[in-house]
Amino acid sequence: MKVSYYPGCSLLGTAKEYDQSTRAVCSTLGIELEELEDWNCCGATSAHSTDDFLSLALPARNLSLADEKGMDLIVPCAACFQRLKVAEKKLLEKPLPDFPYKGKAKVRHLLDLLSEEEVLKQIKEKIRKPLSGLRVACYYGCLVVRPPKITDAADYEDPQSMDKLMKLAGAQSVSWSYKTDCCGGSLVLTRPDVVRRLIRRLLDMALEAGAECLVTCCPMCQGNLDTRQRELSEETGKDYHVPIFYFTELLGLALDLPQADDWLKHHLVNPKSLLEAKGLSEVRGGGFR
Amino acid sequence: MDCPIEVAEVALRPQLSKDSSAKETAFITPDSSFLHEVEELSGEKVSLCYQCKKCSSGCPVNFVMDYLPHVIMRMIQLGLKDRVLSSTTIWICASCETCTTRCPNEIDIAGVMDTLRRMALAQGSPVPLAVRDVPKFHLAFLNSIKAGGRVHEMSMLAGYMLKTNFWAKLRSEGLLRLGWEMFRHGKLKLLPHRMHRRGEIKELFKRVRK
Repeated sequence: MKVSYYPGCSLLGTAKEYDQSTRAVCSTLGIELEELEDWNCCGATSAHSTDDFLSLALPARNLSLADEKGMDLIVPCAACFQRLKVAEKKLLEKPLPDFPYKGKAKVRHLLDLLSEEEVLKQIKEKIRKPLSGLRVACYYGCLVVRPPKITDAADYEDPQSMDKLMKLAGAQSVSWSYKTDCCGGSLVLTRPDVVRRLIRRLLDMALEAGAECLVTCCPMCQGNLDTRQRELSEETGKDYHVPIFYFTELLGLALDLPQADDWLKHHLVNPKSLLEAKGLSEVRGGGFR
Repeated sequence: MDCPIEVAEVALRPQLSKDSSAKETAFITPDSSFLHEVEELSGEKVSLCYQCKKCSSGCPVNFVMDYLPHVIMRMIQLGLKDRVLSSTTIWICASCETCTTRCPNEIDIAGVMDTLRRMALAQGSPVPLAVRDVPKFHLAFLNSIKAGGRVHEMSMLAGYMLKTNFWAKLRSEGLLRLGWEMFRHGKLKLLPHRMHRRGEIKELFKRVRK
């Protein structure tokens, strides 16, 4: 299977490990990712908050490029996915002359691609190291599912695709009510106090549900939850040390991909002790700092 | 025909309701021109809102808002333009789309918030202290796109800090330590990964209404 791939800006920087694990997992599963040539930023919250034209034109340029290729456009970042999806729907209704788009390239989140029947079969066959005993809380965040009119998500209040993938990988996914609650992504620099309050609730609720770690499919969610735990511990006096994974990283571990240590060393909350306790880390010796 | 109606101030400002002595009332002459303007620009029927409060109940950042989302909807209907456009609410809204998803009248409330932010920028409405950095962040973000076609997190951050109170931020929010931690873990990319045909993006920015 061959698809177009739109990594987005975060995956070139703070979420590098999401890009690396996505590429490695897809290649292992026989999915060829062809990076969209000369893609540009989707504009994110800053464009749609400030300017109508930019919020459509920036993603439209990418869609037009993808349409020329004619393959589905796979997007791992939840925010990029939603902005591109909004543009997809708008352009099919009212085309933008500069950026022709006929809808040949369908915008899809990576989670959707990896949840296809055929791909699930591949994953099942290739699991070498089931994540036995690892209790995870699947955290989808906002923009993969909302608003359903844009994302076409069927189970937007209680999504299941990541839970299914984690169970397939041998992990135990806990049932909890905060799967799609906001982490405050766009306020991370402007109101970190608000973000801390939101992530505190997410971490507390995941722990209360019996999870040992969270699994995400969005670079803003992972970044917020992973990098702010030290501040949160100092603020609350409670010691937070909850590893935050990308779902592709855990799939990579279950597929026993040797690169996994390189991804995990980028995390601020070191997942080494948790993975060692579950017997998921010692074989390769670990390269965590 | 528009005629003055009495609106309990406590209904507009939920925080006042905690104080039982607050019995302020405001006399408002409803003016539908703002409503029409918002509906025109957003493409959303704000007039359909019947105050069920589902948006406000599910809003993750309702605790930092001056007016809850359903109150903003009512204020638009009443024509309280200046108070809406200079509210904290429109800038603290995290665009999580929970309100849009749950509105029984299918009003894209998050989309209306976008419209309100754009209107506030266009007419230069004052931005409350609590959220004064939010528009500055958006500007730094867009400048980064304009420069490289893609956002380079490091230079975007630098641009944002220059627009805001640089040193105070570094100290009070522990950004220096966090920045070092992120650098140490290889999360910060020093050099930008710019696209090739950057001119095409610059062209788009030229077409932005000032």
